[in-house]
Amino acid sequence: MPHLNDVSAAALRAELRDLYEDYALCLDEGELEAWPDFFTEDCHYRVLSRENHDAGLPLGLIYCMNKNMLKDRVTALRETTMFEPRSLRHFISGVKVREQHADRVVAQANFAIMESLSDREPSLNMVGRYLDTWRQTDAGWRLANRDCVYDNYRVRTSLIIPV
Amino acid sequence: MTCTHTHPTEACSSHAPAIAEQPIHIERRWPEEGHTRIPNWVYTDPAVFQKEMDVFFNGKTWNYIGLECEVPEVGCYKRNWIGTSPVIMVRTDSGEIAVLENRCAHRGAQICWQNTGKVKDFTCPYHQWNYDLNGNLQGVPFRRGAMGKGGMPRDFDPKQNGIRKLRSVNRGGSIWATFSDEAPSFEEFCGAEVLAEIDHMLPGKKLKLLGYSRQLIPSNWKMYLENLKDPYHATLLHTFYITFGLWRADSKSECIPTGGGAHSVMVSHNEGKKVTEATSEMSRFRNDLELLDLETVTPRQEFNRGRVGGAWVFPAAQFGIQANSLKTRHVIPRSPTEHELVFTYYGYEDDDEEMTRLRLKHANLLGPAGFVSMDDSEMLNQVQIGVTGYPDARGIVEMGGRDTEPADYMVTEVLIRSFYQYYRQAMGF
Repeated sequence: MPHLNDVSAAALRAELRDLYEDYALCLDEGELEAWPDFFTEDCHYRVLSRENHDAGLPLGLIYCMNKNMLKDRVTALRETTMFEPRSLRHFISGVKVREQHADRVVAQANFAIMESLSDREPSLNMVGRYLDTWRQTDAGWRLANRDCVYDNYRVRTSLIIPV
Repeated sequence: MTCTHTHPTEACSSHAPAIAEQPIHIERRWPEEGHTRIPNWVYTDPAVFQKEMDVFFNGKTWNYIGLECEVPEVGCYKRNWIGTSPVIMVRTDSGEIAVLENRCAHRGAQICWQNTGKVKDFTCPYHQWNYDLNGNLQGVPFRRGAMGKGGMPRDFDPKQNGIRKLRSVNRGGSIWATFSDEAPSFEEFCGAEVLAEIDHMLPGKKLKLLGYSRQLIPSNWKMYLENLKDPYHATLLHTFYITFGLWRADSKSECIPTGGGAHSVMVSHNEGKKVTEATSEMSRFRNDLELLDLETVTPRQEFNRGRVGGAWVFPAAQFGIQANSLKTRHVIPRSPTEHELVFTYYGYEDDDEEMTRLRLKHANLLGPAGFVSMDDSEMLNQVQIGVTGYPDARGIVEMGGRDTEPADYMVTEVLIRSFYQYYRQAMGF
C-alpha cells in the first residue's frame, strides 16, 4: 500500500465517509432512481453471503454486471414486484481506505440495515461489509465495484431493496 | 409410594414420566369435500408438524443431501438437514460419499458445526470421541480411566457405538439419503418421470458449484411445496415471468402428478415476449415494460431447448432450470410456521466463461432477491399470517377441476390436489 501523508489520508477518508452517508440516505429515503448514479457505467454490483465470499463462490443474490442492470432492478421494484411496505435504515461505520491509486481507491465499510414493517417491531435485517473500488470520474467519485458481503447466515424472508 | 396425581400430563415426583409409545394421534377432521379443500390447521398445528417429521422425513422417503461437487476431496464434508435432523455428507477414503447423522454417539453433540470443511477424521468437540469418515468409533479418551480408576465398562464395544450411517445413493452427482431400511430403492421411490427430470439436469457431466442462497421464510414448509406445484400463481403474480414470456398461461405446458401425488413434474416453454388473447386476463402483463439489459431474461440455447420447469422430489427438493440458471432447491422445515429455503447453484465443468456468466446473471431471476421469487416469500408470509388467525377455516383448490389427472395446461391446481390426496392417506387424515 502506497504511503499516504496524514492530511490527505484524513481528507480522503472524510470525503468517502460523506459518500457512504449519501448512499445510505438515498436508499433510506426510497430515492431508488438516484441509486444507479453512485456507480460507473461498467460497474459490478453484487450482494453475496459471507459463506459464498469466503469459499470463493461467485454467486450473488443480486448480481448487476453493468449500470443498466441497476436501473432494471429499480424498474422491477417500481413496476412488477409485490412486497409488503417497509422502511429501511442503513447504518454505515468503520470506513477504511485500503489502497489508494492514481484514479481509484479501494475501501471498505460496515453496514447494518434495520427493517421496520408496517405492523411489526423493527428488526436487524442484514449486517455486513461493503468491499468497494471507487473510481475518480469527471463527475466525482463513482463506484466501479461494490460487493456487499453480508454476515447473516440466511436472508430474512426476502431481499427487496438493494443493500 | 403412590402417586396421587390423576392428570396424566402432570409429572409425579417419584415416578418417571410416562413415555408415549403410540404414534401421534391427532383429533382433526379433514373437510368433507376431500382433496379440493385444505384445512388451515395443516399449516399451524405443532402435532401435525411433528407427525410430518416422523412420517415423511424420518420415514420411507429419499431426501436431498447435496451435490457431489460440494465435497471434491477425501475428508471434505457438508452439513445439511433432513427435516429437523442434522446430517453430514462426507467423501470417504474410498472416494465414495457417505451420509452420517451429525450427532455424536456419546452425548449427541453435533460433530460438525460448520457448513463445510475438510477433516482427516471427526472428533466430537465435547469429550473428543473420535470417528473415521465412515462414522466408525476409533477412540474414546480415558476409555481405561485414569490412575487405575474410572473408564468405560470392559465390555463397551466401539464397533456397536459408531455414528449412524444412512442408506445413500449418488444419482448423476446428486446425493440422496434415507433413515429407513424399508424405503424402496431411490429409483423406485422417484419413478420414471421424476428420474428422467433429474437425469435431464444431471446428465453425468462433472458439476461446478457456483454458490448458495439461503433464506428463512416465516411460513409452513408445505406452502413452499405448494408454491412449486402451483403454475396458476406464476401466470398472474410474477409480472416478470409473464411479460418476458419466461412462464405464461398461454405457453405449451404440462403438470404431471407422480408418486401417488407426492412428487410432480411441471414444464413450460420459454416463448419470449408476445401479446395474445390470454394477456388481457393477466392484469399484471406489462407490454410497455422494457429492460435496458435484455440478456437478463434471454437464455442462450442449451440442452433444455427452451423447456422450463422441473421436478418436485418429495418431501423437500426441486430440480429445475430457469433461463440458463441451474439450481437445486431444498426446504428445511424449522417449525410449524417457519422454513429455510436453500438454493444450490451449479454449472457444468465444461461450461465456457460466457455460459458461467449467464448462469450467474440469470440467478438474478430467482432466490431471495429474484425478480420473480422475491414476491413468493412475501406472499407466503401473508398466507401464514392469514391461516394462523383462522385454523379451522380452509383453502380451496378447484382451479382446473376437482380431479387429480395430469393436465396439459397451466391454469390448474391439480398438483396441489394430488399432493393432498397423498398427504391425507399418509398422515391418516
